[in-house]
Amino acid sequence: MKALPVNPDQSPLVVLDLLFKLKIKDVMTAEVITVQRTDSLRKVQHLMRDSRISGVPVSENRRLFGIISIDDIIRALDAGHINDPVDRHMSVNVVVLEEDMPLSFGISYFDKFKFGRFPVLNHNNQLVGILSSRDVSTTLLLELLKEYRKIEEQLPHHAPQSAGPISQRFRINRYDFENAGKAAQAIKKILIKRNVPSARIRCAAVAAYEMEINQVVHSIGGNLSYVIDDDKIELFAIDDGPGIANVDQALEEGYTTANEWIKSLGFGAGMGLTNIRRVADEFSIRSTLGSGTRVHAVVRLKDSNGSATDKTR
Amino acid sequence: MKVSDLTNVDGWQCISADAADNPISAGYTSDLLSDVMANAPDDSVLITIQAHLNTVAVAALVEVRAIIICHSRRIPDDMIAAAQREGIMLLRTEANQFDTTVKLHRLLTGDCN
Repeated sequence: MKALPVNPDQSPLVVLDLLFKLKIKDVMTAEVITVQRTDSLRKVQHLMRDSRISGVPVSENRRLFGIISIDDIIRALDAGHINDPVDRHMSVNVVVLEEDMPLSFGISYFDKFKFGRFPVLNHNNQLVGILSSRDVSTTLLLELLKEYRKIEEQLPHHAPQSAGPISQRFRINRYDFENAGKAAQAIKKILIKRNVPSARIRCAAVAAYEMEINQVVHSIGGNLSYVIDDDKIELFAIDDGPGIANVDQALEEGYTTANEWIKSLGFGAGMGLTNIRRVADEFSIRSTLGSGTRVHAVVRLKDSNGSATDKTR
Repeated sequence: MKVSDLTNVDGWQCISADAADNPISAGYTSDLLSDVMANAPDDSVLITIQAHLNTVAVAALVEVRAIIICHSRRIPDDMIAAAQREGIMLLRTEANQFDTTVKLHRLLTGDCN
């Protein structure tokens, strides 16, 4: 495993800033492929081949027992014990990262230890993700792109009013009411700058905010992304679960599964999805119990025939 | 009518007085934030008991200019900070939502009886 091309002593300030600002949990892959202690090394070999990965944590109910690397598999093939259970040959002294550590810490681990990946634990010592050097480089690239855009926006020359498509992705966490609305706010700012009619801005912002609140209240976490071009904004809310048992029911106004605490905050009135559907020009929802929910909405940014049509009224 | 006209109303205590020049032309009374988002008119005053950060977030999205918190509910610091950031006036009153709504209606329509 080669060291990452990021040197914390000699990188530009903007990179250093990112390394401290980003937490391990912002960068890691949250959907970890794991095996159990009793699984055979043969099974791990197939899993590595099929998923194109070179290391697999051994974990049961999010408790980490060890890690199996591709080297262990090659050794097992050599020595003829490929049908043995995993726990006889896994490394048990696993170097782990904690989800709230800054990314700079993770990068120093790639230098210090010659492993290709580190399991990530939360403060209850549960396995919540895995960090590979690939995660680090893709996230850094995306974040640098964002920084670059910001710098570009600050340039003094007259930027064209619609500077082509813009997209961004927001991570949303369960019960994180404090940050709910960040995406809607960002969207509103961009649309104001692009001189979109205010009724259209309101529709887009309401749809985004309801999507954020839905994930905060009902999901175990997820992402909200938007793509803005000249004619429309497209919103994708994709969460990690638990999924909706009956989507038709969830779309009925007033139907809710929220608890009393959520309701006391003024949410969970069973209006979220119907609000999104009402303000959106296109709307679809797909949900699988056990895996997650995906809501897609499109809001047009131009009034049809130039007349103001505010669908929220 | 302007937001600044709300600051000297009897029984209404001004918690943060930002963007006092904003116009107001309507009111909306609700404790359900989704309902506020769906139905609150632009340039309105929101009357509610929801004293927390997300009320400001919702208000900002739908151009609510001022929020009146009823029943003297405690207003957390982060809500005040958010209101200042978004340029939304925050007021508090002992009165309930109904009485506050009536009072605001009279102010908006100039009906003093």
